[in-house]
Amino acid sequence: MPVWTLYGLKQGKVSQRWPAVGGDDGQSGVLGFPRFDPAQCQSGCRDCADACLPQAITLKEGGGVNVDYGRCVQCQLCVTACPSGAFTLSSDWAFGVRAREDLVWAQAANSAAGQTLKREIRKVFGRSLHVRHVDAGSCNGCESELQALNNPYYNLHRLGVFFTPSPRFADLLLVTGPVTYAMKGPLLAAYEGMPEPRFVMAAGTCACSGGTNGGGYACGRGLDGLLPVDVWLPGCPPNPAAFIHALLMLLQRLPQRVRGGHLMEDGDGR
Amino acid sequence: MNAPLLQDLAPSQLPERARALLESGGRLQMAYAWFPDGAIELRYLAAARPKVFEIWRVRPENGTAPSLAAVAPLLSWYEREIADLCGVRFEGRPEPDPLVLLPGARASAPPLTPGADLRIDYTPQFARLPEIAGPDRADVQVLPFGPVRGDVLESAQFLFLYIGEAILHYLPKLFFKHRGMEKRFEGLNAPFAPVLAERVSGVDSVAHALACCQALEAAAGCAVPPRAHWLRVLLAELERLYNHLHYLGHLCHTTTLKVGEAQGKYLEELAKQINGRLAGSRFLRGLVIPGGLHREPRLDGLRESLARLQEQFAPYAEMLETSTTHLDRLITTGVLPRRTAFDQGASGPIERASGLDRDLRRDHPYAAYDELKFPVALRTAGDAHARQQVRLAEIESSLALIRAVLDELPEGPVHAECTPPPGSEGLGWAESPRGSLYYAVHVGSDGRIARMKIKSPSFSNWRAFPFTVHDTNMMDYAIDEASFGLTVAGCDR
Ligand code: SF4
Ligand code: SF4
Repeated sequence: MPVWTLYGLKQGKVSQRWPAVGGDDGQSGVLGFPRFDPAQCQSGCRDCADACLPQAITLKEGGGVNVDYGRCVQCQLCVTACPSGAFTLSSDWAFGVRAREDLVWAQAANSAAGQTLKREIRKVFGRSLHVRHVDAGSCNGCESELQALNNPYYNLHRLGVFFTPSPRFADLLLVTGPVTYAMKGPLLAAYEGMPEPRFVMAAGTCACSGGTNGGGYACGRGLDGLLPVDVWLPGCPPNPAAFIHALLMLLQRLPQRVRGGHLMEDGDGR
Repeated sequence: MNAPLLQDLAPSQLPERARALLESGGRLQMAYAWFPDGAIELRYLAAARPKVFEIWRVRPENGTAPSLAAVAPLLSWYEREIADLCGVRFEGRPEPDPLVLLPGARASAPPLTPGADLRIDYTPQFARLPEIAGPDRADVQVLPFGPVRGDVLESAQFLFLYIGEAILHYLPKLFFKHRGMEKRFEGLNAPFAPVLAERVSGVDSVAHALACCQALEAAAGCAVPPRAHWLRVLLAELERLYNHLHYLGHLCHTTTLKVGEAQGKYLEELAKQINGRLAGSRFLRGLVIPGGLHREPRLDGLRESLARLQEQFAPYAEMLETSTTHLDRLITTGVLPRRTAFDQGASGPIERASGLDRDLRRDHPYAAYDELKFPVALRTAGDAHARQQVRLAEIESSLALIRAVLDELPEGPVHAECTPPPGSEGLGWAESPRGSLYYAVHVGSDGRIARMKIKSPSFSNWRAFPFTVHDTNMMDYAIDEASFGLTVAGCDR
């Protein structure tokens, strides 16, 4: 279809240089996880916890609150609810971590050993990664952003990541959704069908903890206790740049940004 | 929004009433059950002419009501769902199989029974197949596909009964993604409802939050400030925009028009980035709340970025309508006749492509739609091409509607107090990018949500879709499916 070829040439190249320094990640204005500053927190107040549907914010015994970003769906209601500004809007969306505990806001940074993983992946995959996606009961928001990864803006292929239709050629099982009773079997079968070594990513808050949708009569609460997860990526949904960050984190091209619920760098979280 | 008329009917009156409705040109929209004071009650929503909603309230006798599926085939799925989730028996049901609960799933009690301590035992079973008769019987093969499909697709299972390339019969098995979303609303206060509604079908977040909040606002009898009404139109049309652009890119993927696919997806990305800047969320989440909007969206620069998008959309649309290889695959593919569309309850762009002139924005205006003029796109061919044309026309009109909102947006607050009183109820609706969406809310005596019924457009369109697949061929299947633009999450809930 020559006319389309011409049209394609005229549109030019739109892929971004990001994640190279200075590239545009396309997430301008997108809100991430609310930042929590315990110094601003008034004792005895529970307004934030009452405003949080998925119970990402819970009251600590003896005062103060616990924030588990693995449960957060980024509704931003705590920001409005907190009378003293302990929760603030942020653009901190690159939140992939290797240990589920690292999504819990902690005073002291937990340490997690990633070096073994790094060597393993390098050794096994070289530069490309084959991903098998399983929808275990998502709202389709996570899929919408995963599909966006292949649009000309993010162009995931250029980073050496490919979605494969067969578990037998997959390195990484990428799971969305809180895991419904009906999808549990097919999910476990997909994992069993993968060759060793195999890796698992819990993608989206649903897969991390069930989020707002997990529990109830038809659903589990994500992958905890179901599969050995290598990367937890909360976000409702994680935006395409966050997905890329988490995938590259698995490949050790980018460092983990969050430890103990803290961002590891000052900046704006990118 | 005109309040629906509530009428009490005896079960025995139902068939006659349904027939009369259809004869007068009306159509049933949905049915559901709930448990006021522990006793079961059925509700039927009817769109009567002209432009009036009726709600029929029926108390089943001994848990039984007559099936209306023979009169109005679209009700078949609703009856099966009510039987699965609420335990009502429908006499004379033409399709006796469960729908929402998969073959092999046994619930310890009907899941929506109040206070039930629920467990689902599940031993997967193969679905019951239709009888195969005729001389070629032995040649017919069965191909099950899914529930995990290739690429990045939602989970669902499709059964094809086929010979060679010819599909004789097609059976979609949905509801692998059933999460029990309606039950999750029970016990919540109004402010939490849109947080959950936005996560029923992520790509229809605005429509779901809107229908949900309008139901709560109807129950509360609160008045949403004009500015919020206008901004809700803006959000709803931005949602239509990125969804329809996605639709076009995906349709090109199935007709193997590579550049058309890349450009459609690129334009979708631009639209989502516009959303992200405006709302802080690429899915426009977190703005629509009961009583109006949570906060002002960021409107600066919107007009300019949309103008740039439109500049790129115009040549794209022209290409799609002139590219012969693309059009050859669409024309006469997946024809949904007008009559079938009506009987089976097809909704939104699907029914409008089959000649049914319906659009909730015009017929039952909500938000600020009654103050805006816009055309309702209509085609009659009922094929994949007609469905593309309806979407193309709707993108144009969404862009025009957004400009009109920016031109005429009234000043003022964007939120008013909204607390539905104990014992109240309300119905909300929205024309989502995929068609008609309804939320019906019942508030309990404690002021918390006692029941939330969600009727998504994909529930309607998945019901109609197989009628375009039987007796076609494998080569056209992917194109036909893409041309419907279905979501599984919205259907399964
Ligand atoms: S933004 Fe996250 S932590 Fe805050 S209320 Fe919403 S879900 Fe809870
Ligand atoms: S994490 Fe959020 S966007 Fe992803 S499937 Fe769950 S509700 Fe949808």
